[in-house]
Amino acid sequence: MSLMPVVLWTDGLVFLLLALIGAFVLFASRHEHMRAPWRRVVRSRVGVATIVVLGFYVVVGLLDTVHFRLALDRQGDDNAETRYSPEVLSLLDLALSGLRERQEKTYSAPFATHLFVKEAIEQPDGTLLRDFPRLEYGGVHLEDPARQRGFDIAWRAAWGALKGLVIWALLSAGVLWLIARSRGETPAATRATILAGRTPIPWRTALVMLGIMLVLSGVVGELALKYHILGTDKVGEDVFYQTLKSIRTGLLIGTLTTLVMLPAAVLLGIMAGYFRGWVDDVIQYLYTTLNSIPGVLLIAAAILLLQVYMSNHADDFASLVERADLRLLFLVLILGVTSWTGLCRLLRGEALKLREVDYVQASTALGVGHFTLIGRHILPNVMHIVLITLVLDFSGLVLAEAVLSYINIGVDPTMNSWGNMINSARLELARDPVVWWSLTAAFVFMFALVLAANLFADVVRDAFDPRLKSAR
Amino acid sequence: MSSDVLLEVSGLTTLLGDAARPVRVVDGIDLEIRRGETFVLLGESGCGKSMTALSLMRLLPPSGRVAAGAVRLGGTDLLRLTEAQMRQVRGGRMAMIFQEPQTSLNPVMSVGDQIAEAVRVHEGGSRDRAPARAVELMRAVGIPDPIRRVDEYPHQLSGGMKQRVMIAMALAGDPQLLIADEPTTALDVTIQAQVLRLLKDLQAKTGMAVLLITHDLGVVAETADRLAVMYAGQILETATTDAFFAAPAHPYSRRLMESLPGADKRDGRLAVIPGRVPHLDQAFVGCRFAERCDAVMPQCRDQAPLWRELETGQGVRCHLWDEGGALPEGLQRKTADQGSLMSSVSEPAPHSGAAVAHMLQVRDLKVHFPIHDGVFRRVVGQVRAVDGLTFDLTPGRTLALVGESGCGKTTAGKGILQLTTPTGGSIRYRGEELVGLGHRRMRPFRKDLQIIFQDPYAAMNPRMLVGDLIGEGLQALGIERSRAGRMRRVAELLDLVGMDADAVDRYPHEFSGGQRQRICIARALAVEPKLIVCDEPTSALDVSVQAQILNLLKDLQDRLGLAYLFITHDISVVAYLAHEVAVMYLGRVVERGRVDEILDDPRHPYTRALLSAVPVIDREKRRAVIRLEGDMPSPSNPPSGCYFHPRCPDAVDACALSYPEETRLSETRLVHCLRA
Repeated sequence: MSLMPVVLWTDGLVFLLLALIGAFVLFASRHEHMRAPWRRVVRSRVGVATIVVLGFYVVVGLLDTVHFRLALDRQGDDNAETRYSPEVLSLLDLALSGLRERQEKTYSAPFATHLFVKEAIEQPDGTLLRDFPRLEYGGVHLEDPARQRGFDIAWRAAWGALKGLVIWALLSAGVLWLIARSRGETPAATRATILAGRTPIPWRTALVMLGIMLVLSGVVGELALKYHILGTDKVGEDVFYQTLKSIRTGLLIGTLTTLVMLPAAVLLGIMAGYFRGWVDDVIQYLYTTLNSIPGVLLIAAAILLLQVYMSNHADDFASLVERADLRLLFLVLILGVTSWTGLCRLLRGEALKLREVDYVQASTALGVGHFTLIGRHILPNVMHIVLITLVLDFSGLVLAEAVLSYINIGVDPTMNSWGNMINSARLELARDPVVWWSLTAAFVFMFALVLAANLFADVVRDAFDPRLKSAR
Repeated sequence: MSSDVLLEVSGLTTLLGDAARPVRVVDGIDLEIRRGETFVLLGESGCGKSMTALSLMRLLPPSGRVAAGAVRLGGTDLLRLTEAQMRQVRGGRMAMIFQEPQTSLNPVMSVGDQIAEAVRVHEGGSRDRAPARAVELMRAVGIPDPIRRVDEYPHQLSGGMKQRVMIAMALAGDPQLLIADEPTTALDVTIQAQVLRLLKDLQAKTGMAVLLITHDLGVVAETADRLAVMYAGQILETATTDAFFAAPAHPYSRRLMESLPGADKRDGRLAVIPGRVPHLDQAFVGCRFAERCDAVMPQCRDQAPLWRELETGQGVRCHLWDEGGALPEGLQRKTADQGSLMSSVSEPAPHSGAAVAHMLQVRDLKVHFPIHDGVFRRVVGQVRAVDGLTFDLTPGRTLALVGESGCGKTTAGKGILQLTTPTGGSIRYRGEELVGLGHRRMRPFRKDLQIIFQDPYAAMNPRMLVGDLIGEGLQALGIERSRAGRMRRVAELLDLVGMDADAVDRYPHEFSGGQRQRICIARALAVEPKLIVCDEPTSALDVSVQAQILNLLKDLQDRLGLAYLFITHDISVVAYLAHEVAVMYLGRVVERGRVDEILDDPRHPYTRALLSAVPVIDREKRRAVIRLEGDMPSPSNPPSGCYFHPRCPDAVDACALSYPEETRLSETRLVHCLRA
C-alpha cells in the first residue's frame, strides 16, 4: 500500500453532499413534477453552457477533495513499518506536481523567463552584475529567450489546441454515438440535427462550449509545462497552481454553507409558518435577533476563538492541511449560522400561505398528522424556493469568502483561496512596477465561476418559479 | 348594410402563440352591433370571447395577433389605424371594462384622480374642469356622496363601487360602444343587479351600444337585445334574445340551457355535455361540437357546417338545418324523457319536526377572528365572521347555506369541521360535542365529516399522484393500511365518481376542472363520511360541467344516504339540490325553512331582495328587483339591532334596538324579523 487515504472534515461533508445530490437525482427522476423543471433547465442554451463551465470547476474541485498521504521510501529496510509522508496531498496536487514543485525564488511575470527583481549575479569572470536572473524552471528550455520565446509560445499553444481538439472530437463522437443510439438513427442523421440546432437539448451549444473549454485547457496545459503562465508569487510559487487550488475552497464555501444551514432554515421556517402561535413567535424572535447582529462580527468572533483554541492545542493537528481544514469548516458553519435567516423567512411566509390552501385543509379534514402533512404537502411545495435560494446564494457566498479572507477572518492564510490571493495583492499593487498577475488570476477565475453560477441560477429560477411560468 | 350598424366585424381571426403551432382563439367571427343595443357574447370559459373583445380593442397579449378580418366602427377600419390613432378610439369611441375591478384600478391613486385622468385624455384642453367632470361621472354611475368619494382610494371602496368607478372611467370619453367583459362575475347577486341596472340606465340616457361578454344565461336573458353563442373560437348561433330562449337553434345552445339547474328540474337529472372543449391548436375538419353533440350525424365529422340564416332571424352553424328552414327532427327539448330516468328516486318524505333524529346540531356557533394592533399586538377588535349560527341537519338531506360573499358561510363550514377553531357555541355530531376538541381527539370524527372545496385546482396537491391523493384519508385514518388494498379501494372510488381507473397514476394538472372536482369528491368519499360540507363546489366550473357535478352529488346522496351542508350563493343550484335552506347575512341566519317555502314565499326582507336580484330566464317568473342601498357592513363592526336594518326597505325604528328573536312560522320555518 503506497498511500493512505485521508478524509478531512470538509471532504466528508462533500461526500455527504454528493450522496444527497445522488439521492435527490434518483428521487427527482421518478417524479414528473421534479423532472419537468430540470428538463427546462437542460433545454435552455444558457443552462447547458453554464453547466459545462461549472462542470470543469466541479471536476477540479472534486479532484482536489480526494486526499491521501504518500508512503515514504523504505530505505532498503523491507521489514520496517511503512511510513507515510506527513504531507497531505490531493489528486489534483499529484496531477499538478510539476507545477507544485517548480518553485522559483520570488516574483516572476506571466510567461517570463527572468525573475521580476534584479539580483546580483556572479559572472563567470568573477564580477558581480545586477540584473534579472534566469528563472530556474520557467522557459529554461530556451537558449535565447528574447528571440525564441514568442515562437515557442505560439507553437506550443497550437500544439495544445490540437490536443484539446482531438480530445473534443473523441468526446463529441462518443456523445453523438450515444444520442444516435438512443434516438435509433444513424450518427450522420443525428449530426445533421445537432448542427441545425433542432435537438430538444441544445447539444450544439453544449458541444461548442465543451470545445472552447477543452481547447483552452489544452493550450493552458501545454504551456504550463514549460512556463509559469500566470507568473509566480512572492515566494516563487506558481500562481496558476494556486488559482486551481482555490477552486475547491470557493466551491466548498458556496455549497457546504448551504448544506449546513438548510436543515435549520427549512425546518424552522416551515414550523413557524405552519404552527403559528408561540412557535412562530419564538422562531421569529430567534432570527430577528440573529439578523440584527452584524454577520462580520459573529464571524470574526468565531474565527478568533478558533484561532486561540488551535494555538493552545497545536498538537491535536497532524498537519497544516488539517488545521486549515478545520478553520474552513468553522467558517462554513458560521456563515451557515448567519445566512439561514433569509431562507427561513421566505419559507415561513410560504408556509403561512400554504397552510390555508384547500389541499392542506382537505388533509386536515382527513385527519392527517401534522408532520406527515408538512412532509407530504408543504415541503414538496416549497422545494422550488429552497432550490432557487440555494443556487442564488452560491455566488454570493463565493464572493463573501473573498471579502472575509481579505480582512483576515476568512480561511487559514496557508490555504489557497481567491480571497487570500487578493489579500496578498494588497501589497503587490503598492509595488512599483506593479505585480498585477495574482489579483488578475484570482479575479478571472472567480469571475468566470460566479458569472456561470449566476446565469445558471437565472435559468433555474425561470424553470422552477411557478409565477414566471405564464410570463414566458 | 343599414346605417344603424355601429360595429361590424367580419372574418376576424386571432392567433396566439408561436407561428409554428398557433392557437386560433378566434376563428373567423362575423357580427354586427347596432347603435344603442345590448349585444351579448355568450360562451363557456376558453371559447375565445374575451380574446374577441381584446382583438376589437387591439389590446391582445404580446404573443397574440389578428391574422385576418376587418373591424369597422362607424366606417373606420380599426385594424388599419396606427397605434396613435387607435389610442384616440380606445376610451373615446369605444371603451372597455373588465371582470376584476380590484386589479384594474391603481391602488395608490385616489379614484377621483383616476377618473379625472381619463377625462383629461379624452377632453384635452379642459384641464381645470376635469375634477368637476369626475364628480359628475361618479354621480352618473350612482356613487353616493361623490364629493367625498373623489378623494378615497380603491381599497376604501367595495367591489360594486369599484366596478362603478371603472364604468365612470369608461364613460369619460362618451363612448359609442362599451365592451364589458364579465363585468359582474366577481360580484354578488344583489350588487350584480345594481350594476346591470346601471348599465341599462346609462344606455338609455347616452344611447351607447354595449357588448356584454358573459357565461351566465340569466344575465343574458335580463340584459340582451341580441346575442351570439361562441364555441371553440367560432360563433355557433346568433339570435334575438326572445327567439333564442324560445327555441335555441344549435344543439349546443339547447344543451347549455338544459344543463341549468332549477326548481323545475329537481326530480330529474340535468342534461350534461360530455367531453370537453377541443384544443384550438388543431385544424378542424368537421363541426367543432361534433364530438360532444347528441344529434351528431355522419357529415358533422368530415364537413364543416356553413353559416345559415333562418326565417326567424336567427343565424346558425349546424348541419341539422341543411335541409331547409323547418325545425329539424330531434331538436325538441328532451328534458321530459330524461327526467323519467330518475323519477324512481322519490324525494324523502318531509319529516315532522319531532320525529327526526338530527345528525348535526349547531347552536349559536361563533367564529371570531381577533384584530391585532400596536407594538404588543393587543386585540383591538373582533371580525365576527360567524356570529351565532343555529341549524340542524338530518341524515340523507341537503341543507343549503345561502348568502353573499363575506357573510361567513365558508367560515361556518370550516368551523364545523374544526378547520377553523370556533370561538363559541356548540356543534353536536350525533350527540357528541365537537367544539373544543383538539387535533387528536377530533380524529375519530374526521371519518364521518368531510369537505369539498370551491376551487378544484387549489384543492389538490399538484405534486401528488391522484391515487395517493384519494388514498390519503384511508392511510391517515388507518382504514386501509396495505397499499394494495388502498389502491383497490381507490379504483372503486374512481368508478363511483365516473372516472377511469387509470387516473391513479396521473397528476391533477392532467385533468379538467370537472374531472378534478370528481377526484376531490372521491377523496372525500374515501373515508365513507356521513356528512359532506360542500363549499361552493360548482362555482368555479362552467354550466355544462356544473351539471355533471350536481348530478353526481345527487346520485351519491341517493345511493349512500349522505347529508350535505351545501354552501352556495347560487339560488338555481339551491332550488335544484337542497331540501332545506338557511339564508345567512353577516354571520347569522336570517331565515330558515324548507326549500319550497323559502324560494316561493320569502319572508325576510333580505331573502326577498336576494331572490329578486337573481337573473331569471323565464320572463313570467321575474320579480321586480328590490334594490338594496349600500353594501354589506363590515363584520368587525355590525350595526346595532337587526344587522340588516340599515339596508332594509321595510325597517322601522324598533329594528335598530335589538336583534330580533326567532319567529317560528311553521314547524319547519324560522325567521328573524320583527315584521315577519
